[in-house]
Amino acid sequence: MVMARNLIRRLPILYQNHHHRLFSSATAAVAPSPTPPVRNDDEEIVEMKGVRVSGRPLYMDMQATTPVDPRVLDAMLPFYLSRFGNPHSRTHLYGWESEAAVETARAQVASLIGANPKEIFFTSGATECNNISVKGVMRFYRDKKRHVVTTQTEHKCVLDSCRHLQQEGFEVTYLPVKSDGLVDLDQLAAAIRPDTGLVSVMAVNNEIGVVQPMEEIGRICREKGIPFHTDAAQALGKIPIDVEKMGIALMSLSGHKIYGPKGVGALYLRRRPRVRVEPQMSGGGQERGIRSGTVPTPLVVGMGAACEIAAKEMEYDTRRVTSLQERLLNGIRSRLDEVVVNGSMEHRYPGNLNVSFAYVEGESLLMGLKEVAVSSGSACTSASLEPSYVLRALGVDEDMAHTSIRFGIGRFTTEAEIDRAIELTVQQVEKLRNMSPLYEMAKAGINLKSIQWAQH
Amino acid sequence: MLRLALKRSLRLGPAVSDTPSAAVASRGYHERVVDHYNNPRNVGSFDKEDANVGTGLVGAPACGDVMKLQIKVDEDSGKIVDACFKTFGCGSAIASSSVATEWVKGKQMEEVLTIKNTEIAKHLSLPPVKLHCSMLAEDAIKAAVKDYELKKAKGAPKQE
Repeated sequence: MVMARNLIRRLPILYQNHHHRLFSSATAAVAPSPTPPVRNDDEEIVEMKGVRVSGRPLYMDMQATTPVDPRVLDAMLPFYLSRFGNPHSRTHLYGWESEAAVETARAQVASLIGANPKEIFFTSGATECNNISVKGVMRFYRDKKRHVVTTQTEHKCVLDSCRHLQQEGFEVTYLPVKSDGLVDLDQLAAAIRPDTGLVSVMAVNNEIGVVQPMEEIGRICREKGIPFHTDAAQALGKIPIDVEKMGIALMSLSGHKIYGPKGVGALYLRRRPRVRVEPQMSGGGQERGIRSGTVPTPLVVGMGAACEIAAKEMEYDTRRVTSLQERLLNGIRSRLDEVVVNGSMEHRYPGNLNVSFAYVEGESLLMGLKEVAVSSGSACTSASLEPSYVLRALGVDEDMAHTSIRFGIGRFTTEAEIDRAIELTVQQVEKLRNMSPLYEMAKAGINLKSIQWAQH
Repeated sequence: MLRLALKRSLRLGPAVSDTPSAAVASRGYHERVVDHYNNPRNVGSFDKEDANVGTGLVGAPACGDVMKLQIKVDEDSGKIVDACFKTFGCGSAIASSSVATEWVKGKQMEEVLTIKNTEIAKHLSLPPVKLHCSMLAEDAIKAAVKDYELKKAKGAPKQE
């Protein structure tokens, strides 16, 4: 137990009790970096990729991943060190206790979403769950159902699975979203055909944090008798989910977005009415044949513990995160003008704040915000030079899409971190606006849309 | 190679985002680019109407890169005495235009037309995906020179 708590503390603190400053040797021994860290008084300066940071950056990218909650780590460790049996070993205690732990975790996940434990199947993550849901359902019903309805703002793995299906001869409708990021329910109902086999709409968007109207979509799908799949990786433990109320037939869940370990996820598969899928992993028939492969007990136990903690603390976390989000937004808005929030403010998970700063480019802002770990929807930060497809689907102007920054707030974010993030952001945006010809022209009253730009 | 170094020192590295921007992990900033970003040289504006100033505005907001490069030319000698820039773009674009303003100062107008984007890219060690930033800087220099010559041509008949 003590080991776990120590592990989550920053490394330098462990060595602070020594006479000598062992900073550089300690960090060099534990984590070699391309250039050796330079000692500078009390702070440890880290140099990586040409960027020098003093201390570690503030983490404000909770949508990318979250730190593991120490309580979750405590629950996981025994299953690595002493109770390390394979849950499918039927002949000895190691197997039995491992299986019991897996079943406990299954029940914990199920109770967070209002499901029966028999409807939960563990996988390697939400990407795998999305693959099983989209490809598995359609391939199982390939003789009768040839059409899938999804949205343009889905996660890449859903979109890529749909594209794969298109290559196999299925048809896919990618619904547009309104400018606030929500799907239009009438359009959704109109897009459903007699041969539609699946409707897939994510619950909370990872880039803009918008929460889709789950109950209404579930009702439409139930009326038409079509399985409703949702990618709830960002929604689990953050907004209340009830598979009965929302009429969900398949749901993808991820461990590392709810302060659990990376490398584990769970698929919810409804039993009444039964949804059948074609397994994507062949093997020994584990997880009722849905997903073969040894179930990773420590990871699964971690996910279960994370779900249990989330169930208890969801309300408190939401209140806290909401107030931090308001603090962040008000702090930035009080000192900068022309700040646009991307996506609906009302139907939003508060921990995700995606803002655009007009006349400032996203990657240059990120370069200046090296002491805050955030991400951007800018083209320069993706491999192709295209801005984020989610922002484009919102109808955000191309030049604004280049300027977006996503702040992620979570359970462990403190007010001091928010204040520092505000400080750094305002500083960098002001500096970049001074450097920006567009800001200069806009302030001079020139309408930027009227200019003929020299494309090259 | 950077990817291996990143994996080895994973505890120090930031987590890779799960949005399409995951590829940023394989790119690094050369220290010269970071230097130009942190201490930009020659940021500013000259009076556009001034007869001695040539203004080059290239790029488009939709592409994510707009550069405005201005040169102040000494009428008699044809030498560029001062230059300044303003850029809307990524760190590499800012650095490219900053380098461009440094290199044109004190040179003849004909000379700066020979500045090639490959030289700028090499000076900043730009990765292939950022080469267009240096191209834009070269275009900006040429546009500024062209603007100045146009102004001079328009101004000369009047003076006579």
